[in-house]
Amino acid sequence: MLKFWEQNRNLTAFVLFVLSFIALVSFWEWGVQSRLFSELMPSPFATAKEFWRWVSNPFYENGPSDKGIGWLLLFSLRRVFTGFLIGVAIAIPVGVLTGLSEVAAKALDPYIQVLRPVSPLAWLPLGLGLFKDSEATALFVITITSMWPTLLNTKFGVSTVDKSYLDVTRSLGASPWRTITKVILPAAAPNIVAGMRIGIGIAWLVIVAAEIIIGNLGMGYFVWNEWNNLSITSLISGIIVIGVVGFLFDRVFALLHKWVSYGRQV
Amino acid sequence: MKITTDKQSQNVLQAKKKPHLSLQHISMVYPGKRGWLDTMTRRATKDYVALADISLDIEPNTFVSIIGPSGCGKSTLLNVIAGLIKPTAGKVIINDQEVTGPGPDRGIVFQNYSLMPWMTALGNILFAIETVFPQMPKPQRLSLAYEYIELVGLRGAEKKYPHELSGGMKQRVGIARALAIDPQILLMDEPFGALDALTRGYLQDEVERIWEQKRKTVVLITHSIEEALLLSDKIVMMTKGPAARIDEILDVPFPRPRHRDTLDQQEGYHELKALMENHLTRETREVEESRTRRL
Repeated sequence: MLKFWEQNRNLTAFVLFVLSFIALVSFWEWGVQSRLFSELMPSPFATAKEFWRWVSNPFYENGPSDKGIGWLLLFSLRRVFTGFLIGVAIAIPVGVLTGLSEVAAKALDPYIQVLRPVSPLAWLPLGLGLFKDSEATALFVITITSMWPTLLNTKFGVSTVDKSYLDVTRSLGASPWRTITKVILPAAAPNIVAGMRIGIGIAWLVIVAAEIIIGNLGMGYFVWNEWNNLSITSLISGIIVIGVVGFLFDRVFALLHKWVSYGRQV
Repeated sequence: MKITTDKQSQNVLQAKKKPHLSLQHISMVYPGKRGWLDTMTRRATKDYVALADISLDIEPNTFVSIIGPSGCGKSTLLNVIAGLIKPTAGKVIINDQEVTGPGPDRGIVFQNYSLMPWMTALGNILFAIETVFPQMPKPQRLSLAYEYIELVGLRGAEKKYPHELSGGMKQRVGIARALAIDPQILLMDEPFGALDALTRGYLQDEVERIWEQKRKTVVLITHSIEEALLLSDKIVMMTKGPAARIDEILDVPFPRPRHRDTLDQQEGYHELKALMENHLTRETREVEESRTRRL
C-alpha cells in the first residue's frame, strides 16, 4: 500500500493537495461558525457562489465604473504589459552594456543599487508629480520596479557568456554587432528570460497596489472597491483571480525559459 | 625503397617553398601576484613561464602534430597561433605577414566543440560561412554548408541541435565549421580528447580521409602517440612546462593514404613510436616528480 503511493508521486501530491485544501476550507467554515473571524467574513460556500458569479459573466458593462471582472483584468493586463515591456526595452540594452563593459557597469552601479530597493509605493507620488496623470504614473511605477531583475540578469548573462563562443566569433572575424545579436544575446537568453520571469511577477504585485492608490480601473481598483462595498466574497474572488493570473504568467515564462535554453542547464 | 624516394622528393619540394607558418621566439609568461596585499598575506606568486623561446617553421600543406606531457603549454601555443592570446615575446608569421589577432585565415577546431547550442548543426556551419563571406549569395552559402555537412558525413543530422548530437557528431560539426570558411591553416586543439576510444579512432580516420581531399596546413595538438603517427607529416615533441620548449621534431615518412590497421607494418613505425614513448614517459615522469616534491 505504502509502495503504491511512493511509486505514483504525482498522484500522491495531488491527493495531499486535495486533502489540505479540504482542511483549509473546513478551518475557514469552522472559523466563521465559531466567530473566530469578524462578522464581515463570509462562509466558503457564499464565497464560492460569488466567485462563480463573477467568473461566469466576466464581460458585462453597466456603466463607466461597473464592469465585469474580465474587463478589469484586461485593463490591468494592458497596463502591466505596457509598463513591463517599456522596462524590458530599457533593461536589456543597459544590461548588455553593463555586461560587456566593466567601466559602464561601475558607472551605472550606484543608480541600480540605490533605485532598486525603493518600494513601489514611494514611486507613486513621484510619478504623479512627474506626469500629473494616473495612467502614466501607473506605467512609470511598473516600469521602474519591474526592470531591475531583467537588467541584473541580462548583465550577469552577458558577462558570463561561455568564452569559447566568443573565441569562435573572434576567430571568424565577426563584427561587434553580429557578435552581440547572434551570439551574446542568444547565449544570455536563458538568464534574460529568468530575469523577466521575476520582473513580471513584481509588475503584477505592483499593479494591484498602484491601482488601489491611484484608482485606475483594474484588478487593484476592484479589490479596493469591493472592500468599500464591504463585499468580502467579491474581494476574495478578486484575490483568487489575481493569484491565478500571476501563476499563469510564471508558467508562460517558465516555458519561454525552456524554449530559449536549447538543452542547457541554466 | 619507394618510401625513401618519396621522402626525398618531398623534402626537395619543401625546401623550395617558403614556410607557411613560422613561429619566431615565442615566449609566454603569466605575471604572478605581486601586490602589497598579496605579499602581506603570503599569497604572492612568481611569474609563470609557460613557453620559453619557441621557434618553428611549418611548410605549406603539411600536417604537423604537437605532442607533449599534459600542462606543457601545447594549447597555449595553439591559442597564440590562433591569435586568441598575445605572446609575451616573439612573433607568429603567416605568409610573410605578422599575426596581430584572430582571423578566418585560420580555422579552429576546439576540444570542447564550442558549438552554439541555439543553432542547428547546419546553422553553426552557416553562421561561420555568413560571417566570413557576407557577400556570398544565400543559395550559394547554403549549398556550401551542405557540401561540408556531406564531407563530414552528417547528412540527415543537419537540422539537429548540438544537445541532440553525440560527442563525435558534435566534433564533426566543429570540423565542418572550421573547414567551411576555407582557411589556409587548420588548428586543432586536442579535438578528440573528450571522445571515447572507438569514436576517437573513427574520427581520426575521417580526418585522415578529409585531409587527403583538402591538404590544408594543419597544426594538431594531441597527447596520443598513435594519433600523431597516423595523421602527421611532422611531429613536434615538447618538453614539460614550465618554460616548455621544443625538444625534437620527427619526420613521419609513411606514404598516404594511411590506414590504422596497416600503419604498424610501415618501416620505422616501431622505432618512431618507441622514441616518442620514451620522450613522453620521461617528461611525464619529471612532471609528476616535480609535483610530488612541491607537495
